[in-house]
Amino acid sequence: MKKTYKIDVDCANCANLMEDAAKKTEGVKDCTVSFMTLKMKVEFEEGADPAAVMQNVRTNCKKVEDDCEIFL
Amino acid sequence: MNKKQKNLLIRIIIAAVFFVPLYLISEDIVHVNMPQWALIILFLIPYLTVGHDILRKAFLGIKNGKMFDECFLMTVATVGAIALGEYGEGVAVMLLYQVGELFQSYAVGKSRKNISDLMDIRPDYANIETEDGTLERVDPDEVEEGSIIVVQPGEKVPIDGVVVEGSSALNTAALTGESKPREVTVDDDVLSGSINMSGVLKIRTTTEFDESTASKILDLVENAASRKSKSENFISKFAKVYTPFVCYAALALALIPSIFMMITKVGMAGYASTGEMWRDWILRACTFLVISCPCAVVISIPLSFFAGIGGASNQGILIKGSNYLETLSEVTTVAFDKTGTITKGNFEVTAVHHSPIDEAKLLEYAALTECHSSHPISLSLQKAYGKKVDPKRVTDLQEISGHGITAKVDGTDVAVGNEKLMNRLGIPFHHCHHVGTIIHMAVAGEYAGHIVISDELKEHSKEAMAELKKAGIEKTVMLTGDAEAVAKQVAADVGLTDYRAELLPQDKVACVEELLKECTGKKRLAFVGDGINDAPVLSRADIGIAMGALGSDAAIEAADIVLMDDDPLKIAKAIKISRKCLGIVKQNIAFALIIKAICLVLGALGLANMWIAIIADVGVMILAVLNAIRCLFVKNL
Repeated sequence: MKKTYKIDVDCANCANLMEDAAKKTEGVKDCTVSFMTLKMKVEFEEGADPAAVMQNVRTNCKKVEDDCEIFL
Repeated sequence: MNKKQKNLLIRIIIAAVFFVPLYLISEDIVHVNMPQWALIILFLIPYLTVGHDILRKAFLGIKNGKMFDECFLMTVATVGAIALGEYGEGVAVMLLYQVGELFQSYAVGKSRKNISDLMDIRPDYANIETEDGTLERVDPDEVEEGSIIVVQPGEKVPIDGVVVEGSSALNTAALTGESKPREVTVDDDVLSGSINMSGVLKIRTTTEFDESTASKILDLVENAASRKSKSENFISKFAKVYTPFVCYAALALALIPSIFMMITKVGMAGYASTGEMWRDWILRACTFLVISCPCAVVISIPLSFFAGIGGASNQGILIKGSNYLETLSEVTTVAFDKTGTITKGNFEVTAVHHSPIDEAKLLEYAALTECHSSHPISLSLQKAYGKKVDPKRVTDLQEISGHGITAKVDGTDVAVGNEKLMNRLGIPFHHCHHVGTIIHMAVAGEYAGHIVISDELKEHSKEAMAELKKAGIEKTVMLTGDAEAVAKQVAADVGLTDYRAELLPQDKVACVEELLKECTGKKRLAFVGDGINDAPVLSRADIGIAMGALGSDAAIEAADIVLMDDDPLKIAKAIKISRKCLGIVKQNIAFALIIKAICLVLGALGLANMWIAIIADVGVMILAVLNAIRCLFVKNL
């Protein structure tokens, strides 16, 4: 399952960091962050609960880049 | 400016207002009698106002085990400076660092917005005419294929379709980069994402919203971020090693010389006391930390690629990832498909020779035999026949790849194909002296003459080859299934360096592999095709470029770079954009590293103070960011 979320982040490198952090989160199969459109596309692993996974993704992203925001 | 940036700006202004008088007092330029502790407390006001989020981030970084980042460097350096009594320098570093951050964030935000505005082709709604003639706005997602939608002047076409009523001029700039409006009228195809400029159009949709051009392009653009270039990967790895390294180096700088001097007493004469010596070396270590902050490189490299890809998409060149932009810049050989790439691909029957039966009858046979094929040649045969083809009259259809088609038309054996087919069937045939695609025909086992079909060169093909040569492309090779004579003529006309003719589709892959072998070292090969039948070749080449790809799914899938229209000049443009972008990346890396290296040495020797350090850091970052933004401006390349 794939979902797209709106995000807010200041720099292209921070967007890359967020992408890495999201990819490492459990339940996330793949993730791409587009800095241009300020969007995060997340592909979830089968059986994962997107709402719960996204909370973790958000926490992990905040760890690498405090200024970022994911609008869930 | 967004809220966060405004907030930071206000903090910077407040801090600066506090800082300037305090600095003058602390440097004894303005004489005010004030105890030392009061001065410290007063200096903490601007320091915390401007830098509290940096301190917080540094703290969070330590807590989360990712301590070695820019915030950590800045925190250690400024806290160190303040603790050593250099209040002015400590606060100034934080202040200027934040000025740099604000500038960087503003510049990046601005260029990001520029690009996303230009690529703003997502339609928000579609108009559907209700029974009483009024228009109803609906979500384009809900419009079914085959519905009639109404597009008014000034609106975006939401879904691909065919005009059923009205005529207008369309602005396709966001799709193709072509600024000349396109005139459309009844029966013309329109693509979603183009803007209706003059008249009201009624359009019958031919796809669903998700499958429409605009949606597909946006999808492609949004996914472009997932493929990182070697430079970007290098930078993120570099930052992971570099920052801890400079931290330890700074620590070493603070400890080793001081301990060495304390033990050996060498050079102690230059200092009033041991404390003074420690203070000097720790301050040098703090300066070293400030200088070594890697943000100029870390920020400007991804920004350069981002801007390069954004600038290219604005020109109708979609690049699927920064790794492709990087590879494209190393291309020295370009291989082309002929039909649809160098030539227009709108074939026309120009002559019928040696036909023992009536020409019209021969064309009828040809059109019927080819009725199931959508190849441009088949289409041109059907066009020349001019009447509607009834596929029921055709039986026993057999397609022989690279040869042609045999079938029974009204019970009569018909063979349509090239010389190879005639040889295979053992039918003697006449050679043709005309240049073009020759279709030999056999009816009831007897040779029935041949049909000559010619194709026109594209307007800019010749110019495009010249541009490629100018851009430093060493070799341009055309791969075609067409006859030797046609290939030779086309190659000579447009100025290609080489060509390979009479290739079957699978031969093209072999040809590309052969060419790839010739590309040694840093040389790369790009293949340009129109996406019809050449998806395997597109994916085999180092870089696959699909052109005129609007509407061809296979090409968009297989290619690394998609040219939205079919102008061959765009190929040279894409290469120039990639070269410019990579050039800027290299400039930034070299510039930043050289300046940093010089300042680091000066800092370690005690020749550069904190002021020079922060100005070098922020200055390099601002220049690098400005340089990176140049990647956006590719219109006149």
